[in-house]
Amino acid sequence: MSEVVIAVPKDMPVGPIRRHGIGWWGAGTLIASEAALFSYLLFSYFYLGATNDRGWLLEPSPSLKLALPNTLLLLASSAVAWFGEQGILERRRGRALFGFGLAFLMGLVFAGVQLLEWHAKSYGLGTSSYASIYFVTTGFHLGHVVVGLFILAAIFLWTALDYFSPRRRLVVSAGVLYWHFVDAVWLFVFATYYLSPYLGFGR
Amino acid sequence: MKAADFRTPRVGIDSVEHQGKLYRHWERPEGVWGFLGSVDHKEIGIRYIVTAFVFLALGGLEALVMRMQLAGPNRTLLTPEQYDQLFSTHGMTMIFLYASPILSGFSNYLWPLLLGSRDMAFPRLNALSYWIYLASGLFLYAGFLTGNGPNDGWFNYVPYASKAFNPGLNEDFYALGMVFLGISVTVGAANFIVTAFRTRAPGMSIDRMPILIWGTLTASVANLVVIPAVSLAFFLLWMDRQFGTHFFDTAGGGQALLWQHLFWIFGHPWVYAIVLPAMGMVSDGLPVFCRRPLASYSLVALSTVATMILGFGVWVHHMFATGLPGLGLAFFSGASIAITIPSAVAVFAWLATIWLGRPVITTAFLFFASMIILFVIGGVSGFMTASVPVDWQLTDTYFVVAHLHYVLIGINVFPVAGAVYFWFPKMTGRMLDERLGRWNFWIMFAGFNIAFLPMHLTGLLGMPRRVYTYNDYPGWHALNLLTSVGSVIFALGILLLFINVAKSLKGKATAGANPWDAPTLEWSLPSPPPPYNFAVIPTVASRHPLWEGRLDESSKRSSLDRGLLLDQGKETIATSALDAGPDMILEMPQDSVAPLVLALGLSGLFVGLLLKSWTLTALGGVVLTVALFMWLWPRRDLREREAEAAHV
Amino acid sequence: MNASPLGYLNAAGTRAHSILPLTWFMLLVSIVVCLVIGILLWLGIQRRKVRGAEDLVRVPLTHDGNGVQWIRVGLIVSAVPLSVALVWTMFVLAAVAGPPVHPALVLDVTARQWWWDVRYNGNGPANSFQTANEIHIPVGQPVLVRLHAADVIHSFWVPKLTGKTDVIPGQVNQSWFEADSPGRYLGQCSEYCGYQHAHMQFEVVADTPQDFAAWTAAQLKPAQGPTTEQQTRGLALVQFRCGLCHQIRGTDAGAVMGPDLTHLMSRRTLGAGTLANNAGNLAGWVEAPQELKPGSQMPNQYLSAAELQDALAYLETLK
Repeated sequence: MSEVVIAVPKDMPVGPIRRHGIGWWGAGTLIASEAALFSYLLFSYFYLGATNDRGWLLEPSPSLKLALPNTLLLLASSAVAWFGEQGILERRRGRALFGFGLAFLMGLVFAGVQLLEWHAKSYGLGTSSYASIYFVTTGFHLGHVVVGLFILAAIFLWTALDYFSPRRRLVVSAGVLYWHFVDAVWLFVFATYYLSPYLGFGR
Repeated sequence: MKAADFRTPRVGIDSVEHQGKLYRHWERPEGVWGFLGSVDHKEIGIRYIVTAFVFLALGGLEALVMRMQLAGPNRTLLTPEQYDQLFSTHGMTMIFLYASPILSGFSNYLWPLLLGSRDMAFPRLNALSYWIYLASGLFLYAGFLTGNGPNDGWFNYVPYASKAFNPGLNEDFYALGMVFLGISVTVGAANFIVTAFRTRAPGMSIDRMPILIWGTLTASVANLVVIPAVSLAFFLLWMDRQFGTHFFDTAGGGQALLWQHLFWIFGHPWVYAIVLPAMGMVSDGLPVFCRRPLASYSLVALSTVATMILGFGVWVHHMFATGLPGLGLAFFSGASIAITIPSAVAVFAWLATIWLGRPVITTAFLFFASMIILFVIGGVSGFMTASVPVDWQLTDTYFVVAHLHYVLIGINVFPVAGAVYFWFPKMTGRMLDERLGRWNFWIMFAGFNIAFLPMHLTGLLGMPRRVYTYNDYPGWHALNLLTSVGSVIFALGILLLFINVAKSLKGKATAGANPWDAPTLEWSLPSPPPPYNFAVIPTVASRHPLWEGRLDESSKRSSLDRGLLLDQGKETIATSALDAGPDMILEMPQDSVAPLVLALGLSGLFVGLLLKSWTLTALGGVVLTVALFMWLWPRRDLREREAEAAHV
Repeated sequence: MNASPLGYLNAAGTRAHSILPLTWFMLLVSIVVCLVIGILLWLGIQRRKVRGAEDLVRVPLTHDGNGVQWIRVGLIVSAVPLSVALVWTMFVLAAVAGPPVHPALVLDVTARQWWWDVRYNGNGPANSFQTANEIHIPVGQPVLVRLHAADVIHSFWVPKLTGKTDVIPGQVNQSWFEADSPGRYLGQCSEYCGYQHAHMQFEVVADTPQDFAAWTAAQLKPAQGPTTEQQTRGLALVQFRCGLCHQIRGTDAGAVMGPDLTHLMSRRTLGAGTLANNAGNLAGWVEAPQELKPGSQMPNQYLSAAELQDALAYLETLK
């Protein structure tokens, strides 16, 4: 005897509920690809460093004066964005707007400081392979920060328009996830360009 | 009406009234806007296939011109400059604009049908992927047609590609065009991955997916993580050329070999990405004509994944002669030999399928079965180049040219031709002519082997690749003439394929739903399928839903006629990643021109970068940003936001 | 087959020799594998093929066996030649990868678009000289070549003596070889390097020790002076025109952009293997290299007939 199997699901979510939805997977694949991009940039840094002679580093002891506080600022902005997301979860729109707005401003300051830091460098894009990879990697990251700022601004706007609830908020969570990613990647960039020389790489 | 957050979907059978509802939700409007805004995977798939075949024809014509130049020693039909652009454009066209997109096209068309779904996971992203492919293909060919085609081979080694040695726009077209095309491949890969994991019909657990799904899924995972390597390489090259950075020039502390690492980290997995889906076509198509299930399904699926995992670790075998240290060479040599194992699994599984089955000789069968031997020939020559000391002699001679054509034509073009014969009835409702098909197959098969089998010997006699002419050394003339003759025969074979298609399109649609008596879900649908694919979402109980009654491997039967109706909107179902349990109702996006606008914005941006017109670049950027904003704006119909304001 | 000067299925030197048995082994294994699979495929199709089946649905389905046995046996059988090839590869690699410890001769070869600059750096400048596109070596002795790239990537390859080694800007790779018997062995650039990649050849000439010593002594000498009036006029013209790029030791022509011409007539080809070096070809080459090797770095000279005759008269003394 054969028996026909048939799925009879009950009470299924319609469309994305909470973080549950294919959009979340979409954000995940996008982030995986972007993470790969940064790993190739860092690979290029280490490859160039390892195949060049001593003196490749234009700053054997990179100044942390601006970079370290800026790093902490970016990390803090990640926490603030998370705080905003919690606001959506708890139906506190004011808190959400505050979180996204503040995270946006912190990201903006980070970008500004990064531009200042570029400006203060004694070398330019074409000085040497070190300078090139430094500016291109931090430039790629800055580009991602700018994209992240657009996303935070959009989320802020949409929250202001009162689009989201604890259930319907995948867009918010995906956007905040992207911002976490932008911040996490910076840690790798920062560790590579600012800290690894102190550990002896390239010196 | 407040849309419900949760719903128990109705289960039922197909009816005229039900179909009417589905048509209203799924059918796209007629006219130009309907065409430009379509997000139907079937339409996009066919666009991919047609476009890729146009590029195949162009690449083939380029090859024929080169073969005229090489038909005899010291011929002067082409100048070195023309020859260099031709062979580079030929490689670029075949590898990037034909081999990968043709498989994306078939997968796009077939995946939802194979999976029992109504569309891909991200239909608009799918449209975007196609539009960018088209735009970047036109961008790259704009270079070639203005005399600025790539001229440094498809792998484009620096420093010859650098401005100092290559001052024209050629390499700028190529570099920017490849970054552009990379976006298409990346978003396409993301779409395939999510589709495979989340939109299978209930019951189609991961061990019941057709092998084509395994092939394209594996290729997509690879593409997702390796495309950034090549996009980065081309971007850095463009920076070196236009902004004086020093990634690749030695004088500024750059490294020529950095290019080769970045390129081949991408390049080798890519080779598998453009054959694994085609191998999947054979694994799914061949058994139909052997009247039995594929032998050792699990091992074949596993070998698909294993090939790619090993494929990540063999990129250095393109760099054996670059003076790397011996220990590294030994490792990569070993890995390159080991990668033979999973390929052997697939070959023996196909052979077993034929031996244990009852082969019915059709044109599709001939293409699929011949691929086995072509794959083996391409495989063993790869095995030879995997041995470092042997490779030091073989590399960069015509032996490698023969090898890569057996791989790319043998494992891509032949299965694709088979796939055309196999699935054309599904796409159009029309059969291809079998008599003409036999001619088509045998002429292609003969032409291909006449052209490329002797080429191994040309290589063993020492003819280097990428030479625009050659001296009359003993044996070289005859072998090259043979190759040129064979290439013309092969081209005639391809022409017959096109003729057969054109002829059938004029004929009547008499194919019916399942002309081959094949076992998978797509054959349960009318040919061509309606815009919504499945009137009811089927439940799958085995790998061969349409053969269950006859194979009787278990007492469980799939439910094809009765299933989820999902007719309250443009809806389909999402299932869990591994065992495909019903998970949620997906609201699918309506047709949209946002993908096209976005692709146009990107085109403006890339043309602006090429011409260094920052106004155009910025304009493209603005269009792109606005299109993206409109696209992502949370929509009620997609349940991306509350139906009404959360706080009233 | 052996006659092709770039064919590598026969070797004339130790390094190429040690690779050959492995090459033949892998080639034969490959051919056997193709034949076996081809036969299995053919038999499999012929054995149970269903004739005249217009309608597949009429052919009953089968599901005998799952073919695991095929894969098991196939893999076991494949594993044998694969393992042999792997182990053999490692041994050959160990034997040929490292350069000789005491090479009899060390050369510096610089690859340029599209010719080969060859420097013999003997003991001190007095024993050093430069030539192009023709490398003489003593037979039966290991020779080490340090490879320099002047512009783009090239690859150094003498099929009968040694496999390829890429020549890459920014790094000095090494190749080595040893010729078993006296003779001329063709070399070819084997990494695409631009317009005239096709015409970027060189020759390795393995000499007996006596011949090699004689050749070295001859190469060390500067060019002999002109002896006729026509040659004198030719020298002036050559110094003025050719001297912008070329060096002729013992004259005022001292540039190093192009090949050293001091003993031009001792070499067998012109334009890195483009033409045989004889009087007629030399005239054509001097006058219009762009016709013969389009894209080459040497511009057409547009000499009058008289000037050309003068130049040739002098150049032909550069033995």
